[in-house]
Amino acid sequence: MTDDAPPELTPLDPAFITTSRIATALGLLPFVIGAAVLELAKLLPPGSFLVPMFLVYAFVAFTVPARKYRHWGYVMGTDQLRVVRGYMFYSDTIVPFGRIQHIDVDQGPIDRRYGLSKLTVHTAGNHNSTVTLPGLAHADALAMRAAMRAAIRQEIL
Amino acid sequence: MKPAIDGSIDVTGQEGARLHISGLFVAFISGLPQLLFPLLAAVFGARKSDNPALIPIMVGAVLALSLFFRWLSWLRFRYHIGDDDIRVEKGILNRTARSIPYERIQDVSIQQKPLARMMGLSEVKFETGGGDGDDAKLSFVTLDEANRLRALVRSRKAGVAVAQNVPEMAESEDTETLFAMDGKRVFILGLYSFSLVIFAVLGGFAQQFDFLLPFDFWDYKRWAGLAEDSGVRVSTINGVGMAGQLILAFGAFTSLIFIGFATGVGRTILCEHGFRLTQTSKGFRRRRGLFTLTDVVMPTHRVQAAVVQTGPIRKRRGWHSLKFVSLAQDSKEESNYVAAPLATLDELWRISKAAGIAAPDGNECLRKGAKLHWIIQIALLMPPLMIAMLALLIFADRPLALMLFLALLLVIAACLFWCDWRRYRFGIDTQQLYMRRGWWRQRLTLAPHIKVQSIEITQGPFGRRFGLATLKFGIAGGTLDMIALPLPMAREIRSAVMEKVAEVDYSAINQSR
Repeated sequence: MTDDAPPELTPLDPAFITTSRIATALGLLPFVIGAAVLELAKLLPPGSFLVPMFLVYAFVAFTVPARKYRHWGYVMGTDQLRVVRGYMFYSDTIVPFGRIQHIDVDQGPIDRRYGLSKLTVHTAGNHNSTVTLPGLAHADALAMRAAMRAAIRQEIL
Repeated sequence: MKPAIDGSIDVTGQEGARLHISGLFVAFISGLPQLLFPLLAAVFGARKSDNPALIPIMVGAVLALSLFFRWLSWLRFRYHIGDDDIRVEKGILNRTARSIPYERIQDVSIQQKPLARMMGLSEVKFETGGGDGDDAKLSFVTLDEANRLRALVRSRKAGVAVAQNVPEMAESEDTETLFAMDGKRVFILGLYSFSLVIFAVLGGFAQQFDFLLPFDFWDYKRWAGLAEDSGVRVSTINGVGMAGQLILAFGAFTSLIFIGFATGVGRTILCEHGFRLTQTSKGFRRRRGLFTLTDVVMPTHRVQAAVVQTGPIRKRRGWHSLKFVSLAQDSKEESNYVAAPLATLDELWRISKAAGIAAPDGNECLRKGAKLHWIIQIALLMPPLMIAMLALLIFADRPLALMLFLALLLVIAACLFWCDWRRYRFGIDTQQLYMRRGWWRQRLTLAPHIKVQSIEITQGPFGRRFGLATLKFGIAGGTLDMIALPLPMAREIRSAVMEKVAEVDYSAINQSR
């Protein structure tokens, strides 16, 4: 298995790297603060908490989002949505439009600043009852929603 | 609306309607119990400050804050009745826009709780039968608006329903008995339900509540003393000789076995007495029970998959059980509908045929999984085992016995993996998917292609290296995972299923006509 990002996949919006960096950086901040506090307590030689913590922090918040971005991709077909993600734990999901129950378009505060949104489709299945696709340009997400809705409408007639 | 709150992510320009403002107060008042804890905290916090005037201020602040946030979310909540969907936008910071196509709405329920009723309001819920419960709720709108919405959804759906052509099984208006169990069958089922659970329950009780007993339950010397009091001496037992002791042990053992069977039979008769499955025009109807008779109807079109289960002993007698996996809407506790607890394969395929699931006819070419999958799992067990052995070698007093024990563990694990590999089969034919697994509880799952909701191919780090994949099918109310597939085969199966799935829409297969 080497075709980790097949060429036919549509990549996410590059701004996803930035938003995901901001989100992880904010989310992990408490740990850095915790390390700083331990540092101030002077339990071990100076730097023994803060330095490794900071290295991990920089790696997770800076490098990981870019990798995550490289391995995410989707294909918007005429009758199905395919979402591919992950390298170590690879998953490749297909949801036929004919099985979509409802569609969410979410926008968090960080996403909104960068004009991104997250598309979530809900199915009736127990496994994969929600399939999420983050990091879409907002207009794209709305267009995809409209296309799916139209497909559902068309299939039924 | 006000530009200040304009963060609407709907670019279509349609603003949509707000909920009724009085609903805010209804929700506020009915939400008061949830505020009890913060209120108590506020009161206690204020009491410490020695200023009694602070208490009402704090209480007022908590209430005002709650009301403020409710108002804010009310302000940010819009629903919009479109041409082909209902859209709900909500969220104060995180904005969510949910779109529910009319075709997917299974039911519109209108609920009026006493307080809302006094204010002429009602709560409208749109149910789609999606995998996760909370679909879309409008709380609250006026009763007129609620009725208008319901009528609107119904009229949209009525227009659709005419155009639907549902692939249907043979129509039978009169009820036909598909399967029934007589007393003898129930008794046999009871024998297979052998259970020593009563001892576990009693033991658990004894452990939990032994402080209530006037003696120490676990003190065997006291029990021996008790026996001695009633004339049995330990020395007497020792004195009866080898044969006598064996007889006593045998007696104890048989009584244990007897109690196990009796428990199983008793419980089974209570639950399954007079089991009867009939087919009505509405679907399957099941009646059973001795004292509490249950009567459950499941519409045929709700059946998503069938599970045929058996065990190593009952299989020799040809006994299997049949369950239907269904859209769990009627009852939360039973998502699998037991259609036949103990039946021969002939009886069982007749029932499943009525649900539109055919017996495997030999064309499904059941295949074994790639051996490599299990070998990898055993290999993964090796490193920790090696480390443990090394540790034993260095630290333990008698390393050999303990190491033998560890090696035995490995052998047992290998046996289990081998059994799993031997029993596991997957297969696919033009209509259905098959997956068989388990050597103790042997389960064969059958699912028609068109009931598949989504398909996922996953690979862990090792699967990636060796080109093995797992194929996970999303099925409403159940799961069907095919493991240990070579990646190309997984892709092949996926595209074959997708072809069938794309042809038929969800609404066409899961709605009553």
